[in-house]
Amino acid sequence: MAVTGAVLVLFLLGHMLGNLKIFLGAGSFNHYADWLRTVGSPALPDRTLLTITEIVLVLAVALHMWAAVSLARRAAKARPVKYAAKRRSQAGGYATRTMRYGGVIIVLFVIWHLLDMTFGTVNPEGGDATPYDRMIAGFQPGRWWVGLFYLVAMVMIGLHLRHGLWSAFQSLGLTRRPRVRNALRAGAAVVSAVLVVGFVAAPVCIMIGVVK
Amino acid sequence: MKFRRRQQQEPVAPSPSPSPSSSVSLPVSPPRPGTYRTGEPIRDTKAPSGPVEDRWDTRRFQAKLVNPANKRKLTVIVVGTGLAGGSAAATLGELGYKVKSFCYQDSPRRAHSIAAQGGINAAKNYRGDGDSVYRLFYDTVKGGDFRARESNVYRLAQVSVNIIDQAVAQGVPFAREYGGLLDTRSFGGAQVSRTFYARGQTGQQLLLGAYQALERQIAAGTVEMHTRHEMLEIVVSGGRARGVVVRDMVTGEIETHLADAVVLATGGYGNVFFLSTNAKGCNTTAIWRAHKKGAYFGNPCFTQIHPTCIPVSGDYQSKLTLMSESLRNDGRVWVPLRKGDGRAPADIPEDERDYYLERIYPAFGNLVPRDIASRAAKNVCDEGRGVGPGGLGVYLDFADAIARLGRDAVEKKYGNLFEMYERITGENPYEVPMRIYPAVHYTMGGLWVDYDLQSTIPGLFVIGEANFSDHGANRLGASALMQGLADGYFVLPTTIGDYLAGAGAFGPVEEDDVAEARKAVQDRIDRLLSVNGTRTADSYHRELGRIMWDYCGMERTEESLRKALERIPELREEFWNNVKVPGDAEGLNQALERAGRVADFFELAELMCVDALHRTESCGGHFRAESQDADGEALRDDENFAYVAAWEWTPDGPVLHKEELDYEYVKMTQRSYK
Amino acid sequence: MNLTLKIWRQSGSSDKGRMVTYRVEDVSPDMSFLEMLDVLNERLILEGDDPVAFDHDCREGICGMCGMVINGVAHGEQRATTTCQLHMRHFEDGAVITIEPWRAAPFPVIKDLVVDRSSFDRIIQAGGFVSVPAGSAPDAHAVPVPKEDADAAFDAATCIGCGACVAACPNGSASLFTAAKITHLGLLPQGQPERDSRARAMVEQMDAEGFGGCTNTGECTAVCPKGIPFDTIARMNADYLRSASK
Ligand SMILES: Cc1cc2nc3c(=O)[nH]c(=O)nc-3n(C[C@H](O)[C@H](O)[C@H](O)COP(=O)(O)OP(=O)(O)OC[C@H]3O[C@@H](n4cnc5c(N)ncnc54)[C@H](O)[C@@H]3O)c2cc1C
Ligand code: HEM
Ligand code: SF4
Ligand code: FES
Repeated sequence: MAVTGAVLVLFLLGHMLGNLKIFLGAGSFNHYADWLRTVGSPALPDRTLLTITEIVLVLAVALHMWAAVSLARRAAKARPVKYAAKRRSQAGGYATRTMRYGGVIIVLFVIWHLLDMTFGTVNPEGGDATPYDRMIAGFQPGRWWVGLFYLVAMVMIGLHLRHGLWSAFQSLGLTRRPRVRNALRAGAAVVSAVLVVGFVAAPVCIMIGVVK
Repeated sequence: MKFRRRQQQEPVAPSPSPSPSSSVSLPVSPPRPGTYRTGEPIRDTKAPSGPVEDRWDTRRFQAKLVNPANKRKLTVIVVGTGLAGGSAAATLGELGYKVKSFCYQDSPRRAHSIAAQGGINAAKNYRGDGDSVYRLFYDTVKGGDFRARESNVYRLAQVSVNIIDQAVAQGVPFAREYGGLLDTRSFGGAQVSRTFYARGQTGQQLLLGAYQALERQIAAGTVEMHTRHEMLEIVVSGGRARGVVVRDMVTGEIETHLADAVVLATGGYGNVFFLSTNAKGCNTTAIWRAHKKGAYFGNPCFTQIHPTCIPVSGDYQSKLTLMSESLRNDGRVWVPLRKGDGRAPADIPEDERDYYLERIYPAFGNLVPRDIASRAAKNVCDEGRGVGPGGLGVYLDFADAIARLGRDAVEKKYGNLFEMYERITGENPYEVPMRIYPAVHYTMGGLWVDYDLQSTIPGLFVIGEANFSDHGANRLGASALMQGLADGYFVLPTTIGDYLAGAGAFGPVEEDDVAEARKAVQDRIDRLLSVNGTRTADSYHRELGRIMWDYCGMERTEESLRKALERIPELREEFWNNVKVPGDAEGLNQALERAGRVADFFELAELMCVDALHRTESCGGHFRAESQDADGEALRDDENFAYVAAWEWTPDGPVLHKEELDYEYVKMTQRSYK
Repeated sequence: MNLTLKIWRQSGSSDKGRMVTYRVEDVSPDMSFLEMLDVLNERLILEGDDPVAFDHDCREGICGMCGMVINGVAHGEQRATTTCQLHMRHFEDGAVITIEPWRAAPFPVIKDLVVDRSSFDRIIQAGGFVSVPAGSAPDAHAVPVPKEDADAAFDAATCIGCGACVAACPNGSASLFTAAKITHLGLLPQGQPERDSRARAMVEQMDAEGFGGCTNTGECTAVCPKGIPFDTIARMNADYLRSASK
């Protein structure tokens, strides 16, 4: 869980930085997208990095989901008879709710996101437009519901990451001392917040027309 | 010092109560309640003579050893997994014996020892404050009001130092000072600081240490653990203890387990009073069954009452909770001057309060010993000046301490105790004075054992609170944990070897003896289930407890004891004819378990009263109102009572065997706290 | 006070069990929760019914024997409190209270509210000890232990083995219990020689018993009557990873 989660976090960080290039203009953004496809060229064939990333990502997501599912199945096996009274959370219940249900929303989002941005299937501009155009078109004010879905998904990702990261630190046994523990807890929150803000910045700016 | 021995004590005159008639296989009262016969004196033949400080070494050297290869073939049953039983089973397992261990809880870790709060004594003298093995020995003999054996007590003090080493090595997290060394405190009025502690949970931490050692042996295969098994009978064959009959409390099955020796470590019997600080399951069944099979019962009436417990709040009360005695270091005990003063404590002005301990005992004030503090509280309540529900309580007031030290300092010292008090009573002791009342806490009496901890049934060893051995008529604070662990880790594993070395000659266990023991168990269970009367076992237990508390409690008189001896057989008779035990013998039946225990408490209660009645002196926790000095202090009668009363059970009533006590080292003195 | 109790009744391990409703009247607010059940049981016995079986012993919050899920919360809603220390003044007159046993596959129900927690003992058997036969110990002052470590070890050592952490965990994990012992012994110099093997053996035993995996929800610490700190689990994980990497 932690390893695959960490891969996903690294990807998200990179992805977000890339996305932020949209503020540097169409040229810069397209150039970056292009670079992603041609890095290492001509020594390596086109899309080497992208393909590797994609494989790693698919693997990571798959393993991650597999881990989540097996945890859930273990949990179900560990409690074959459920409580009659609704178990009332004494720890806020935040973690359990966001991780499993949030995870599913995130997956739905990722599918949509790939169809929208990568393959362009559901994008008004279609797959042949430049990435910049696809992005601008995808988040036009008229398609507010896309933006909204995106926003909700990003907040879910943020929550997922906040617990996920903290949980990963705990699972790796890094949170033994109070000081370190508090720092890591804060760190997890900051990273998640940065990611959410970073991801949300571009669509929001497009929607309100700051970036055209 | 010597005392004159009287060969024959006059039997106490018969009381006019009717003798109950019940079938032979069931408990029968002696023909005339309260009477007893005197038999031959008894002697401890195992303690070596010579200087007291060499005796344990001598005995260890004399004790025969068991060949390591033979140990594997020898089975020892240990009933009880408290500090005594847990440490014994673990140690015997380490030595290579085949051990079978039993407890009635679902895990050995839950034995009642877990609840001990205050600490454990040891003559380490880490503080350099003048402590020594000899001083601990001296204090214990004196504290026990000269009714314990010098040899045993000296050994206890010697071994105490090893206990601390052992516990620390096991990882028991005792309190430490900033330098990393062990912290100690002075406890229960001791002049030296020799009590080691782990916050307010010393018993828990020590028991977990023993439990872990035990689990290690279970994993190693040397100890076979039987949890949720209650011992109901002992198998005696060829004159030796050879096994036990137990009931699997989950399946209801009656099982027999045979062995080469049996160790009882089943704790104290304070629950004969129904309300006590003991855990709900604490019982006398194991030792009572052994008693009826031939093990003498030593000093059954010696009971310790603890002065600082949370008072009863209503009829439904199921147990009493101890508050650490350390509270008396800063709290001031008082009651209203006026009888039946119904005002809230805050509305009672200073000059209408009676700080009675400070008034009567100006030198020691609120820190007088347990029994004195307890009795004083009872007296003021009897005068009608008690506070709280039923007038059974006195105030323990921290207002002065808070004013003097500040609330923070008080909180730091007693915060968790205050919290516990508030949780139970719903009152905030920072604002309203605490209410406290004495409660039964510990039983010094128990099965009689010799220096080797062997009872009068060969092969039956008794350790921990279940035996009578080391505390005399009164136990010092923090000494029970010490005794339990001394017995279990160090004494028994040595002395039992001496007995087991002769195991080759024991011979097989007679089938008839097993059948008889099993039948006794089965009959009792069947009988209890078949009465189908109109009252629950608990209601009888409550009533019995009330009788014991009123008539054989903090203060005993000939009159009160006779009353008890009249009431108990009547009530027992009614119990056997009118108790209602639901369900059947198969599977978990907690009501049946309880009924069986209550049945045994009835019989023990009677013996306690007989013992209390025959001992017309006051000593330690046994206060006979007839025997007090001009100041109302307990007055011993060394001339007539410097002996251990070892009671033998017979169908015709108890027989008293006296074990004379000699004091060569500690001079007999009357204590005075004025 | 008058209360309605919905209690899990199950006559034995092979029975399927069901919730049964009882009314109890004239409950005093000063009663403990178990005393309230005592009163109910006394009545049931006299009425010829089977009393409700529940585990208890010390009734002062230290033996760890008692435990039930009260209105969906292990040991009830009052924090840092065992069932036996919970008092009726925390409930309202007329309240409906559901009472259920700990629910976890490694804690099979024996009867009504009584469960079998021997899986906990087996976790300790796997390594929750220091191997030191009686009589072999060096002087207690041979190794000073920094007060801070001793105190932290003590905090972890106060676990009473009640199982509330498992009952409350959405995953049915026994991590807090296991971690408490690993932390207690792992923080002391006496526990060092076996530290790695202990962590590995105990964690493996915990998994073998069928407890769920920890996802760090924190529900365990929240219901733990002794407030065993959450960071004990981090210590367990660290020790486990360390031993696994050796
Ligand atoms: C509230 C409280 C506080 C105390 N504080 C202190 C203190 O600070 N310092 C101190 O020195 N002492 C203290 N004491 C006294 C001390 O705790 C006990 O005397 C001591 O722990 C007894 O230990 P034990 O091993 O003899 O018996 P227990 O710990 O009582 O163990 C009895 C064992 O026997 C088993 N058992 C009993 N009957 C049967 C049966 N019929 N069949 C099968 N198994 C059975 C039980 O399951 C249990 O395992 C305190 C006592 C109380 C009540
Ligand atoms: C079906 C989809 C998903 C599900 C069910 C899911 C579920 C989970 C679960 C149960 C955890 C473990 C929480 C814990 O240890 O307490 C977790 C952790 C994590 N998840 Fe997801 N997740 C999903 C998708 C994603 C996606 C798409 C990402 C990233 C884009 C992601 C990033 C992370 C990270 C970084 C962690 C932290 C790793 C850790 O806890 O050790 N997850 N997830
Ligand atoms: S960790 Fe807490 S909740 Fe879990 S068993 Fe120990 S004391 Fe009970
Ligand atoms: S009965 Fe012992 S902790 Fe509740």
